[in-house]
Amino acid sequence: MIHALIDPFVEFAFMRRALVGCFALSLGAPPVGVFLVLRRLSLMGDAMSHAILPGAAIGFLVAGLSVPAMSLGGFIAGIAVVLLAGLVTRSTILREDASLAAFYLVSLALGVLIVSVKGSSIDLLHVLFGTVLALDDTALILIAAIATLTMATLAIIYRPLVLECFDPSFLASVSPLSSPTHFLFLVLVVMNLVGGFQALGTLMVVGIMLLPAITARFWAQDISKMIIVAVGAAFAASFIGLLLSYYANLPTGPAIILTSGAGYLISMLIGTQGGLLWQLMPRKHLEA
Amino acid sequence: MTQDNRPAIGFHDLTLGYDRHPAVHHITGKVDRGDLLALVGPNGAGKSTLLKGIIGQLKPLSGSLSLDGLERSDIAYLPQQIDIDRSFPITVFDSVSMGLWREIGTWRGLDRGLNHAVLDALAALGLQDLGKRSVGALSGGQFQRVLFARLLLQDAAIILLDEPFRAVDTKTVEDLLRLIGRWHREGRTVIAALHDLDQVRENFPKTLLLAREVVTWGPTKQVLTTKNLAKSRQLTEAWDEHAEICERGETGTARISA
Repeated sequence: MIHALIDPFVEFAFMRRALVGCFALSLGAPPVGVFLVLRRLSLMGDAMSHAILPGAAIGFLVAGLSVPAMSLGGFIAGIAVVLLAGLVTRSTILREDASLAAFYLVSLALGVLIVSVKGSSIDLLHVLFGTVLALDDTALILIAAIATLTMATLAIIYRPLVLECFDPSFLASVSPLSSPTHFLFLVLVVMNLVGGFQALGTLMVVGIMLLPAITARFWAQDISKMIIVAVGAAFAASFIGLLLSYYANLPTGPAIILTSGAGYLISMLIGTQGGLLWQLMPRKHLEA
Repeated sequence: MTQDNRPAIGFHDLTLGYDRHPAVHHITGKVDRGDLLALVGPNGAGKSTLLKGIIGQLKPLSGSLSLDGLERSDIAYLPQQIDIDRSFPITVFDSVSMGLWREIGTWRGLDRGLNHAVLDALAALGLQDLGKRSVGALSGGQFQRVLFARLLLQDAAIILLDEPFRAVDTKTVEDLLRLIGRWHREGRTVIAALHDLDQVRENFPKTLLLAREVVTWGPTKQVLTTKNLAKSRQLTEAWDEHAEICERGETGTARISA
């Protein structure tokens, strides 16, 4: 049994690299996802993952399937969409979700168009769904660097970020950090999506960010515990997903995300914090 | 805290609002240090807007606001519960400890002394057994006590309360009023947006009657008259998409000297 769990990683370097890449992603992206979920911005994560596509596509046009070029392009496009959507929200009647939706839809169409004009449909599949089994050193270093930077930044802005979610008026009354915190957080979202799209593609990277975070809500009452559970869930989904893809010959990205989805469904049923079964089970109430 | 003759807050023809539409306009006057002032007026009169202007969350559309010798960090603010996400997974202890922001800032931890300060604040509001509970599991009254415990830790010279007794039981209101009385005796400036006029008459020596502009401002007895209250109800008007541009400059608002 243990051999079955370990052997693919012992035998094949590409499996080891995939595991390291996914674990690094699992350290940075799920904590960011926890804050997205708590701020009710889950769908914004999805929108942002589309927004980075044209930048990555331009990087691809300029330098082919180059990790730094596509990542830099994706990062610039993501930040541009965040800034533009913020600007439109502040200066017009549109709310942030609507202006983001407008920009990401345009971005998505533009990205697909750019890749299709120059590259083949295989290139398009690569950008949209990633190639977790073909992570090179540059991609691994990039993902690890982003995970490190994310954890360090979150540690620094953790308190204002919690307050920005829980009680933004209070934060505004005690500190001028409200806007910088919000912006830095959005930079973290974009960075993690860019880091993850090499492995899982622009369409599925948001899965490793959000599904573990949503899963964690069913197990933890406190935000720091939620972050720990989310990271653990992402680790488990990465490991099990890679094994499933190896033994059942399934595409790796979807296998990881589907495993994470299965974790969510199980948690929704048996999670100790508001899981369905606990609510259906008749239990005697306490004294106080 | 010692009495000081300088005003705590000065309003200079201040207009605050949203998207060029004023929520309150042309306010001129001062709040003295140590004042216990009730902000009274119908819904939409601009009470919350004025408080948000004082903490700097809203920038003036025109005019200005001054804090004589005080800084924004000397102001503690109790927002309406509606502005707070109570489903957020945070414990009572953690949310109260945020009142120590001035001491701990963005990333300093709580040392033993500060930890005790939080426990003392919890005990002062009768929350000593609820520290580990999630704020989402509290009743409205208990949660209001949490917010007051946080205010207590802020130890601020100016305390702004936006509808502090909304949906709170009588016992909690009495406890919180006692705490407000203590702050007043300590020489702190307290401004509270309130609806219960009897409560204001009984506990607040001064009142500012608002109806998108100052109706009257002075000792509560002289402000809360039938005539003034009727006037305040007439003045509050809805947002008008086609409103004319306001040409009013600085005018002396009706202020009854104390």
